Amino acid sequence: MLKILKYSFYDLIRSRWSYVYFLFYLALGFVLLFLNNDVSKAVITLMNVIIVLIPLIGTIFGVMYYYNSREFTELLLAQPIKRSSIFMGQYFGVAGSLTLSLVLGLGIPFVLYGLLRSNAIFDFSLLLITGAFLTFIFVGLSFVIAISNENKIKGFGYAVLLWLFLAVVYDGLFLMSLIVFEEYPLDTFSLVATALNPIDLSRILILLKLDISALLGYTGAIFKKFFGTDLGFLISIAILLLWTILPILGLRYKAGKKDF
Amino acid sequence: MKLDVQHIKRILGFVFLIGFQIGLANTWTVCSNCENSSIKETILRAAPHDTLLIEKGTYKEFEILVDKPLVIKGIGYPIVDGEKKGEIFRITSDDVTLDGLFVINVGVSYTKDNAAIRVVQSKNFLIQNMVLEQLFFGIYLEKSSHGKVYHNRIIGEAVDEYNSGNGIQLWYSSDIEVAKNHVQGTRDGIYLEFSDRITISDNVSMDNLRYGLHFMFSNHDVYTRNTFENNGAGVAVMFSKFITMKNNTFRKNWGTAAYGMLLKEITDAEIVGNIFEENTIGINIEGSNRIKYLNNDFIGNGWAIRVVGACYTNSFKGNNFLYNSFDISYNSKLNDNVFEGNFWSSYTGYDLDKDGVGDVPYRPVKLFSYVVNRTPETIVLLRSLFMDIIDFSERVSPVFTPDNLKDAQPLMKIRP
Amino acid sequence: MTIAINNLHKRFGKNQVLKGIDLSIDEGRIYAILGPNGSGKTTLIKSILGMVIPDKGEISVLEQSIKKGWKYRKKIDYLPQIANFPPNIKVKELINMIKDLRNAPSTEAELIQLFGLEPFLNKKLSTLSGGTKQKVNIILTFMFDSPLIILDEPTTGLDPRALIRLKELIQKEKTNGKTILITSHIMQFVEETADEILYLLEGEIYFKGSIQKLLEQTKQTNFEHAIAAITTGSHA
Repeated sequence: MLKILKYSFYDLIRSRWSYVYFLFYLALGFVLLFLNNDVSKAVITLMNVIIVLIPLIGTIFGVMYYYNSREFTELLLAQPIKRSSIFMGQYFGVAGSLTLSLVLGLGIPFVLYGLLRSNAIFDFSLLLITGAFLTFIFVGLSFVIAISNENKIKGFGYAVLLWLFLAVVYDGLFLMSLIVFEEYPLDTFSLVATALNPIDLSRILILLKLDISALLGYTGAIFKKFFGTDLGFLISIAILLLWTILPILGLRYKAGKKDF
Repeated sequence: MKLDVQHIKRILGFVFLIGFQIGLANTWTVCSNCENSSIKETILRAAPHDTLLIEKGTYKEFEILVDKPLVIKGIGYPIVDGEKKGEIFRITSDDVTLDGLFVINVGVSYTKDNAAIRVVQSKNFLIQNMVLEQLFFGIYLEKSSHGKVYHNRIIGEAVDEYNSGNGIQLWYSSDIEVAKNHVQGTRDGIYLEFSDRITISDNVSMDNLRYGLHFMFSNHDVYTRNTFENNGAGVAVMFSKFITMKNNTFRKNWGTAAYGMLLKEITDAEIVGNIFEENTIGINIEGSNRIKYLNNDFIGNGWAIRVVGACYTNSFKGNNFLYNSFDISYNSKLNDNVFEGNFWSSYTGYDLDKDGVGDVPYRPVKLFSYVVNRTPETIVLLRSLFMDIIDFSERVSPVFTPDNLKDAQPLMKIRP
Repeated sequence: MTIAINNLHKRFGKNQVLKGIDLSIDEGRIYAILGPNGSGKTTLIKSILGMVIPDKGEISVLEQSIKKGWKYRKKIDYLPQIANFPPNIKVKELINMIKDLRNAPSTEAELIQLFGLEPFLNKKLSTLSGGTKQKVNIILTFMFDSPLIILDEPTTGLDPRALIRLKELIQKEKTNGKTILITSHIMQFVEETADEILYLLEGEIYFKGSIQKLLEQTKQTNFEHAIAAITTGSHA
């Protein structure tokens, strides 16, 4: 697997898109910091970028990479390599190179700006960790979609729909159900509904640091326990890990059964 | 001889005068092995305007009545232990000074408001450098005036509101200065009821169950440069008029009903140059009119300002609103308050004429804040793309938020 | 026996592609797998390679069942039909990469010389023409020394010179005692190289035998005509 990972990774970090992605983050970081001169505001803006853009880019990149490397995959399949290793290698190659672009692209301007001296270092590394998680999750989901759909257009469509659903539609439905059932205790429901969507979960994870004052205004006891302590943070990280592992398992399963 | 007699008379007069002087300012030393080993008894022996020096040691006494003008001063912080039997010092005379005592174990009662130090109908008192612990009420000023409560340390261990008392309480008192005290772990750090012309400055009030500072029916009071941190709510100002609040810091008052400042039915106040940082709600305003909010900093609060109920003719000018989850929240569609020349960190407008003022008005009320008011659980959708889209469309064409609620002259740069 | 296939079934959706194939491939011979489009040639090859997972039936390669295994592929050199490589890497890197992945001794140097690929070694694969890519493909296949070689349409895009080289290469490997499976649409190429013909039709083996046998059975003198006539039923 490591060999495949190595080659996928090298292949990707030499591709134009990795540079575009990297340069985008680099530019974003510089614009936010040097035109704005305000780390706290930059962190808030970055959070919006991260929870919306990273899943989208992860999804599109994952699907694109999978379909573009199909023939190469077939070449590898005929080699004496374990099947799951091929897909795991490619998956980690894509997710890894995207994460690298993210971390370097945002990290360089922040380090140059003097983040290490500022107290936003924790918020910032949390952003990067969440971003990395989202990258791995959405690349994984897009791989599962791609491997399940021979038809490129279809696979692409499903992947973008999945993103749209998780990034926007889900929250809309969530909000509506909260308002419709407002007479009922909704603590558990909201927490579960949050955990079921990795984008929402990541958002909450960042909010725990950024907007803790507001979150603590809410009355629910379960919420309070969740938001008020480190427990919430740990559970969120654990669920994000689970979210990362599930698509990987799905991918392994699909890869084991698929005909090429 | 005539001369001599006159001479003797003069000498006698002089001696008498000196004797009188000494008699006036007699100093009594109290210590465990001295002739005077009890504070209470020494007070009985002492004449008005005498001084009691309490030496280091532990004095198990309570209900110490100070009914004449005395200076009672501790040396090396002697401990006065009330053994939870009742009130400890009760001052009923004018011109009393308490200084440098360590007072502990006030008796908790459900019928009497026992205090470590109670001042009743007295003037010109000075209570300073006292340390009060294991208390019910700390310093209780009752119908007193023209005194000073200075540089005391009051540390309670309050757990429940029903069996805890306030750190410093002023009841029907006036013209008193409360300065440089540290109050923590009580019910209300400092509580004022029917007390006018009180000056409260440079105090620290933290970790109190209810409020850091609490005004009820008190007018013309001033509080400046105090810090209120991690209280149930920082400061509550209720049913009071002409209160001036300047340069205070309100921090980390977190929780369901936690405010930096709670204003309820108050009028004609001035709130200037305060810092509200990381509170669940910076200022909660209910039925309060003609209040000026100038040059305050609202940093990282859940709600910087939450307006509940009818509030009229308030003006918000020159404030900095930085990274609050919600800048302003309203629960009505009416607005009679003025927002002008504030800095809003989430303002995204531009300044083409370079006059330092944004060319597009800023609308500080998000639609989402209405949704959260209605269904609190929706707070979990804070900063989600969906809510941002909804807020954006509301901002473009307001339907739910008051149309005139805007800052037409938002600052482009933060007010220094 | 190099390959033994027993009652192999495979269905893609509604389409039953392989309907109970029984087959044995003997060592040291060249087999041509022929059949009309959609007859299941590629599916059969991919089943042997483990790329297609059969619904039913057994396959063993070199006396070893291939189920869930992957190490047996060390014994197979496979040339896939469409050679589409990762676009961003150079020819040399691709060769080194496959070498690295297989971790086996290889003879790419003489093959590169044989097909005249030296000028292309430092070019990215995305810049190569179809024929050149196929040459790279051939090198990747023949550079290892495995007892079983599977070639799926090896002649695609090759110029006559390269084609001759390829035929020579196949013959050379045969003399080395290797078993070779080929699919091709070029009948002349098949006639020249194959020892035995496997004709697939609708998921079954319709004919298995030498060219000679085929000609006799179809009563044709020309191989190409024989293949065309095989399905008309005149031989039955």
